[in-house]
Amino acid sequence: MATYTIERTAKQLVLTMQDYSLFAYRAFMNLFTEPRYWPEYLVQSDIVGYGSASIVLLSGFFTGGVLALQSAATLSQFGATAVTGQFVSITMIRELGPVLTGIMVAGRNASSMASELGSMVVTEQIDAMRALGVDPMRKLVTPRIFACISMLFFLTIVADAFGILGGGAVTVFLNHQDGPQYFSKAWESLRYPDIIQGLVKPLFSGYIIASVGCFYGMRTTGGTQGVGRATIQAVVNASVIIILVDFLVTRVLLALFPPL
Amino acid sequence: MNESTASAQPIAAPAPDDTPVVTFRNVSIAFDGPPVLQDISFSVAPTETRILLGPAGVGKSVLLKLTNGLLRPDRGSILLFGEEISNMPEESLFPLRTRAGMVFQEGALFDSLTVRDNVAYQLIQERVPDDEIDRRVLKALRFVQLEETFSLYPSSLSGGMRRRVAIARAFIRKPELLLYDSPTGGLDPVTSTTIIELVMKERDVYQTPSILVTHRLQDAFTLCTHRFDADLNRMVSLPQGETDPNTTFLMLEEGRLIFDGSLHDLLHSENPFVREFLE
Repeated sequence: MATYTIERTAKQLVLTMQDYSLFAYRAFMNLFTEPRYWPEYLVQSDIVGYGSASIVLLSGFFTGGVLALQSAATLSQFGATAVTGQFVSITMIRELGPVLTGIMVAGRNASSMASELGSMVVTEQIDAMRALGVDPMRKLVTPRIFACISMLFFLTIVADAFGILGGGAVTVFLNHQDGPQYFSKAWESLRYPDIIQGLVKPLFSGYIIASVGCFYGMRTTGGTQGVGRATIQAVVNASVIIILVDFLVTRVLLALFPPL
Repeated sequence: MNESTASAQPIAAPAPDDTPVVTFRNVSIAFDGPPVLQDISFSVAPTETRILLGPAGVGKSVLLKLTNGLLRPDRGSILLFGEEISNMPEESLFPLRTRAGMVFQEGALFDSLTVRDNVAYQLIQERVPDDEIDRRVLKALRFVQLEETFSLYPSSLSGGMRRRVAIARAFIRKPELLLYDSPTGGLDPVTSTTIIELVMKERDVYQTPSILVTHRLQDAFTLCTHRFDADLNRMVSLPQGETDPNTTFLMLEEGRLIFDGSLHDLLHSENPFVREFLE
């Protein structure tokens, strides 16, 4: 009985991965062929970009602040509080900015995509769209994916900037250290590979958030209860995959641009 | 069932050489379990209205979704407008589907769009000028007597109004085939009659072939025993004993097609399930 359950779960997992791969590939490739729905892309960019800006800004600011608080306490033991700016900027730009932004946006947008598309599935609106001769993949999924990729790129820059600013605020107002020193260290220590690493990751995260959110939304079954289930699956899986892919991308980028 | 219905005789049969709009040949489909539909074969002639009867959960909606390729059969072949669609790629199906209108069970209107944008959905995709869209939407809404809902959202409409808007959306491009999925399900008798009158109007004024799924015998018999009078702008009874020759019946039982024929044949069927269903 247990073996049967394991076998069935494994098969289910492989089938889901296969379905997801085909879904994500088709949604991506749709951008290179007509018809394209640019107004839909702009609407989604507004929802993802402008709509998520406040949470990304706040989480970035306070993460930078916490980093400055924690690092200053440790660095003071070695008399190296002067490098707080370097520590905060490199950590934010290379790692925390992209990952935190990805997870915050996944919580907000993967869930909304899954629930919106899921509701459309259970009320037959997706079937109605197909019956009216419109491809829901092109109309609903592809614009969401590209809006999410492009907006996550800019949101990550916002998170990085506000993270460094938050670190600066803590350094100046709570740790009573020198502000110009903090910001000059934060700037001087950055190298192009750090920035590349920080700006490549959101492209992957954006793709994961929208494709996972839409995937679970589009395969919703079981009425309103199914919509709730799809929403949970979308957020949980998108968050886990973002962290997993972040690890892989970091590994590859560190191999390409080894630290000095 | 009244006496005139029981003695109903078709007044003429559709021309035998007409190429069918829809043809099902030995179609079967299953979803992770026993087959939902088995070995289904029938066709819909041009100008013919086929009423698909059967109890709930027997596969009527599945059959309708197979007709325009929203679902794919496991076996058999389906011809829509003379083209084999059972293995046709989804991209090739979209242009075919635009030639067929479909009215879903609950209307399936897009929540985020106004009635105008719902009805004009296909026209907007085709980038038809706004003025022409407004004119055609108003005409379609006038057809279903809901002009006043032009700027409203579906959430502010009643169930019956949503079905009528869905009918307007299906009619707007003058489809070559109409698929109605229980258009009167869950509605009160007065609203149901209004919907059936609209179906009849489309059948008699535009001669559009259709498949209508229902489990309400009353609706099916009304369609057979009435015609739409364009001058009076309402439906009128056919003379005693006459039925619409282009309105015929299909009946499903446990995924199998157990009846295909006219109202007269249906009323005189010896099949015990048909008899039980009618009684």
